[in-house]
Amino acid sequence: MAHVTRLARSAPSSLLCTVSASLCLTGHIARFSGPGPLLRETADESPARSYGELDAAAEIWRRTAVLVLRPSPSPSRLQFFAKLKAMKRFVYINDESYQNDYCDNRISNTKYTLWNFLPKNLWEQFRFVTLSATKEAWDDYNRYISDRQANEKELWIVKNGSRKHIQAQDIQVGNIVWIRENEEVPCDLVLLGTSEPQGVCHVETAALDGETDLKTRVIPPPCVGLEFDQLHKLKGVIECPVPDKDIRRFDANIHLFPPFIDNDICPLSINNTLLQSCYLRNTEWACGVAVYTGNETKLGMSRGVPEPKLTAMDAMIDKLTGAIFLFQLSLVVVLGSAGNIWKDSEARKQWYVKYDDDEPWYQILVIPLRFELLCSIMIPISIKVSLDFVKSLYAKFIDWDEEMFDLENDTPAHAANTAISEDLGQVEYVLTDKTGTLTENKMIFRRCCIGGTSYGNECGDALKDVELLNAIANGSPHVIKFLTVMTLCNTVIPIKSPNGSISYKAQSQDEDALVNAAANLHMVLVSKNGNIAGRMSVVVLDCQSGKILLLSKGADEAVLPCAYSGQQTKTFVDAVDKYAQLGLRTLCLAWRELESEEYAEWSRLFKEANSALTDREVGVPETIEILRQSGINFWMLTGDKQSTAIQIALLCNLISSEPKGQLLYINGRTEDEVARSLERVILTMRITSSEPKELAFVVDGWALEIILTHYSEAFTELAVLSKTALCCRVTPSQKAQLVKLLKSCDYRTLAIGDGGNDVRMIQQAHIGVGISGREGLQAARAADYSIGKFRFLKRLILVHGRYSYNRTAFLSQYSFYKSLLICFIQIFFSFLSGIAGTSLFNSVSLMAYNVFYTSIPVLTTVLDKDLSEKTVMQNPEILLYCQAGRLLNPSTFAGWFGRSLYHAIVIFLITIHAYSNERSEMEELSMVALSGSIWLQAFVVTLEMNSFTFVQLLAIWGNCIAFYAINFFISSIPSSGMYTIMFRLCKQPAYWITLLLISGVGMGPVLALKYFRYTYRPSAINVLQKAERSRGPMYSLVNLESQLRSDKDTMMVPVATTPVKGKSSVYEPLLSDSPMASRRSLGSSSFDIFQPAHSRTSYPRNIKAN
Amino acid sequence: MDDHAAGSSAGGSGDSGASREALQEAQLKLVLMQTDSKFTQQELPACKPILTPKWVITVFVIVGVIFVPIGIASLRASQQVVEIVDRYDDACVPANATDKLSYIQNSSIPKTCTRTLMVTKDMKQPIFVYYQLDNFYQNHRRYVKSRNDVQLRDASKANDTANCDPEATANGQPIVPCGLIAWTLPTFRKLYGRIHVDLKANDTITVQLENNYNTYSFGGKKKLVLSTATWLGGKNDFLGFAYLSVGGLCFFLAFAFTLLYLIKPRKQGDNNYLSWNRTPTGR
Repeated sequence: MAHVTRLARSAPSSLLCTVSASLCLTGHIARFSGPGPLLRETADESPARSYGELDAAAEIWRRTAVLVLRPSPSPSRLQFFAKLKAMKRFVYINDESYQNDYCDNRISNTKYTLWNFLPKNLWEQFRFVTLSATKEAWDDYNRYISDRQANEKELWIVKNGSRKHIQAQDIQVGNIVWIRENEEVPCDLVLLGTSEPQGVCHVETAALDGETDLKTRVIPPPCVGLEFDQLHKLKGVIECPVPDKDIRRFDANIHLFPPFIDNDICPLSINNTLLQSCYLRNTEWACGVAVYTGNETKLGMSRGVPEPKLTAMDAMIDKLTGAIFLFQLSLVVVLGSAGNIWKDSEARKQWYVKYDDDEPWYQILVIPLRFELLCSIMIPISIKVSLDFVKSLYAKFIDWDEEMFDLENDTPAHAANTAISEDLGQVEYVLTDKTGTLTENKMIFRRCCIGGTSYGNECGDALKDVELLNAIANGSPHVIKFLTVMTLCNTVIPIKSPNGSISYKAQSQDEDALVNAAANLHMVLVSKNGNIAGRMSVVVLDCQSGKILLLSKGADEAVLPCAYSGQQTKTFVDAVDKYAQLGLRTLCLAWRELESEEYAEWSRLFKEANSALTDREVGVPETIEILRQSGINFWMLTGDKQSTAIQIALLCNLISSEPKGQLLYINGRTEDEVARSLERVILTMRITSSEPKELAFVVDGWALEIILTHYSEAFTELAVLSKTALCCRVTPSQKAQLVKLLKSCDYRTLAIGDGGNDVRMIQQAHIGVGISGREGLQAARAADYSIGKFRFLKRLILVHGRYSYNRTAFLSQYSFYKSLLICFIQIFFSFLSGIAGTSLFNSVSLMAYNVFYTSIPVLTTVLDKDLSEKTVMQNPEILLYCQAGRLLNPSTFAGWFGRSLYHAIVIFLITIHAYSNERSEMEELSMVALSGSIWLQAFVVTLEMNSFTFVQLLAIWGNCIAFYAINFFISSIPSSGMYTIMFRLCKQPAYWITLLLISGVGMGPVLALKYFRYTYRPSAINVLQKAERSRGPMYSLVNLESQLRSDKDTMMVPVATTPVKGKSSVYEPLLSDSPMASRRSLGSSSFDIFQPAHSRTSYPRNIKAN
Repeated sequence: MDDHAAGSSAGGSGDSGASREALQEAQLKLVLMQTDSKFTQQELPACKPILTPKWVITVFVIVGVIFVPIGIASLRASQQVVEIVDRYDDACVPANATDKLSYIQNSSIPKTCTRTLMVTKDMKQPIFVYYQLDNFYQNHRRYVKSRNDVQLRDASKANDTANCDPEATANGQPIVPCGLIAWTLPTFRKLYGRIHVDLKANDTITVQLENNYNTYSFGGKKKLVLSTATWLGGKNDFLGFAYLSVGGLCFFLAFAFTLLYLIKPRKQGDNNYLSWNRTPTGR
């Protein structure tokens, strides 16, 4: 039905063909009694490439011939339906007596109930016991409030034959619900009636699928023409599947009871439904029967709990936590048994501790449990809270960034997912869409070739071509047909404003451009339709001549093969190629008279994809160049023609022309051809991988499909070898498949795109970036980050991603360091206390140590910058440190582990020796050790930070002062265990001398080692730091200009003139610096315990493959 | 950021026509906004120290210069302390007692013991008299937790013996002070009293004590200690030696780094050290 063009409201006058009034379209189009020639052709056009495609084809099939029941289902689908049948729900329309036990329309987005909050939350937070439960509870409370507002919204339903005003939550399945214009649909409804005489209504589904165009929904045939009050009495049954989350599928039947119309069972599709959270637009009212309610609606089912994206860093932190947990367990076991042995052999002699001789058996557990208690602080509770905090700040910094503010569209960058900023710094593959991402995607109707004649060649704008205008004026049949197809064959919805002007709501840029172009050529559209699966067809009835016409448009590959065999398609093929060379997006239009003789006419129309040199988006080649330098591989996945894609890739610096670069083609129509081609390409790649040549491979959607099904392993190898790839003519699902493939090789992927066809790829990738450009906001909504322009990507990755990675690396390891430090001191102390598990520190000190003393200073790491943004931009290679995970991996962690062990030994030994004999009071001793820890951690933070703003200085040293203030306060409370302790200590010179000694001994070697490495084994970061700072005290605004100039003289030169080619020369020396540091080496390390087995592949990182 | 500032300053000048206060307010706002935008743009002015040889060597020299005098002062203070230690647990058991354990556990034998101490050096008052016990785990968990601060602080709370198990009550009466409590560390000293008289070298002190506490079962040593004190406390050479050696090491490191710096100077910030600027070798 959707494709049967009905003219809205004003029937005959609505189609304004000022040039030729010959065409008049009207509603009731022939009911095709079965799969006719048209249908066969539609279904046959794409020989089942994949199940998804088949489905899409079936969808066209069904939509084109609405009244035909389902397409003959494949066996798997039969089973599917059989299964469904077992789980059907029957909705009795407007019938209280049949009202059932389906849930009511109360919605609940809260994650918890009063009863399961604690256990469920504990389970979810199992990995770290966390303090953010309160935040969760608060968020959930807010969700509850908004749910309640939705639930208590008042609306009209039909009950017992009359209309009633009820709350949204009281809607039952089977109720008839009334909705007015611009109201939100409260639950999933099957449409029964609308204010429009044609039985259609328009809905905005943005909240459901993010698509901003209006969609048309139609009344099922049996209900067409029902009067207003008849609707009140309507009875019947709808047989529909159990609730699922597929918002594009609704396979149901409606059967109205007498006296209503025929007794036929009529099938329903998604086009007959109004889904929850959609808005009714351009329609005065609509009513429908509730089929799914509450949390069982399509929206409710699809909402689910989104799988949280886990960054590589989080995974690493989890792994380290696991390792520490095992370490803790083994410590508990060892110390616990040692304690028990000591108890049996020694403590019995220590009569004063008064162990009973015959104690119950469970006493053997006491000492291990004591140690478990002591060691439990080893896994820092604060890390989760700290990470949550800094991550949300990273996201805020992205939102606030004025340099990523798109002035043209007045949109700031936005981080929708606040938890994955670190991953930005670890991106290895960028998969980018071409259209609108690399190009600005302004669709302009530029050239066309109609019936062998080309228009718009001279001026580059067909709309201004005099010849075309003349042809229209003369009513040239080919041109008129061409315009007809242009106007009708689309999904555009015309919206008539009160003043009579017509505006169009289009799903895609192409259609918008076409309809507007046609409007400019005096062909105005008043109605619409569509599907976008490479080709689209519309059937219309010309009511003057009674002819039924099939209008088609699509990509040349899809349309040309359908051409009438005798037809001269060569001109068109040439024209397509020629236009593609110019970087234009091409589209073919065709029409055909049905039932008539084999008569076909071919027209073709070409549109500017706005990708020629001048139109290319600003800064794209530079961005790609910089990101490529930083070691990120670029794959371009596009729906465009191969030649267009290559052209764009060349213009965007993605590939280099001969002789610098080489393009390898993988093509072929059959499996064998593709296999041979693939083999050849891999071979070439292997051979030339050592040459300084930029290799890239090109593959089209057809070959890709074959490869992904049959040769995925070989393709994986190719993916590892190749820095650059162009995939043309790929479908959205193939894009997602490619992302999945790279993910399965354990690469960090970033997908960037701007259109609805990129959504799947964006959601699949580790990081999805959407460009909030012209092609609507679908991609930006689905994405983790949305930016206004492609060029902001480099800042997003190099500045925000990199800083986030560095900061989190420090923060997380430091959190472990300070927890381990205090824990080691406790363990050492136990050797002096008869291994009985005595805690040196009291519980107040321990709590405050984790929560205040050591957490707050390190949070200021969010302001830390190791290198200035400018330096990073000039030396993008530095990103390798993040990509390879140099700053957080088992070996760096081992360094921090060693440091905490060393510091614990220093603090402990110095304390017990300085406070021996008559000073050895336990509370004093514990306070000295605690003070020592605080001092050391302040020095450690100072040493590890790279830049100090007043915030950092305030936090670090203010924290020390706060430590004393807090302890003075506690020491003045008589009932506290520490009464007078701090006052006594601060009066002793010995206390201060001891602390000075602890600081000196603790930090001296750390400083010396750091200095030594900094000077004699510098990392690239250190070199750049020195370069940056030796060239002047600090960048100030005054000398920035001259600084920039001198940069070009001194430092850019070596970077720029040294040819940066083949990855090997870039990576090898860096890697050889510390092979342990590479993320890949993890596989063999002992920290590998929690690594899921499937994610390991035998493929080495391509840098190592060389 | 600049645009931002410019925009707000324009707003400020508009206000200036109105009144001086408005101008001041606007200026304050401007400053706040600038700070704010500097924070949001991560452009807060920062000092970025780096580990230059000069800086690091200076730090080590300064640490050495501070530590060595402190070490000398601490050591001198410790050396000034005169300490007399007399172990009596062995000596106070009569030679004829074959089993020390049964001796100490036999309450019918009188345990009075007389010790004579010789003052080795002049001792200035106040002289502290300590009771020292070695090999005693008074910080054992069971021992440490066995104490009650309330009872200790207030005589009227004598009945409060919470936490004092297993030394809470005897014969139905609360023990005051209750519990096993303690000072720290296996070897500890407890102040017994003070002598407010100066002692001269070769003075003898006679001490009469009751040797009651059973240390024989766990090999504990009982000692009587007489000690003077300085600003740093009692006799403790540890701090002095530690400071001296750390100071010395700092000087050594400073010296070594200077030497390294002179022998093998590295140009600061030479981009040729960047691995990607090096020409690939061995290929």
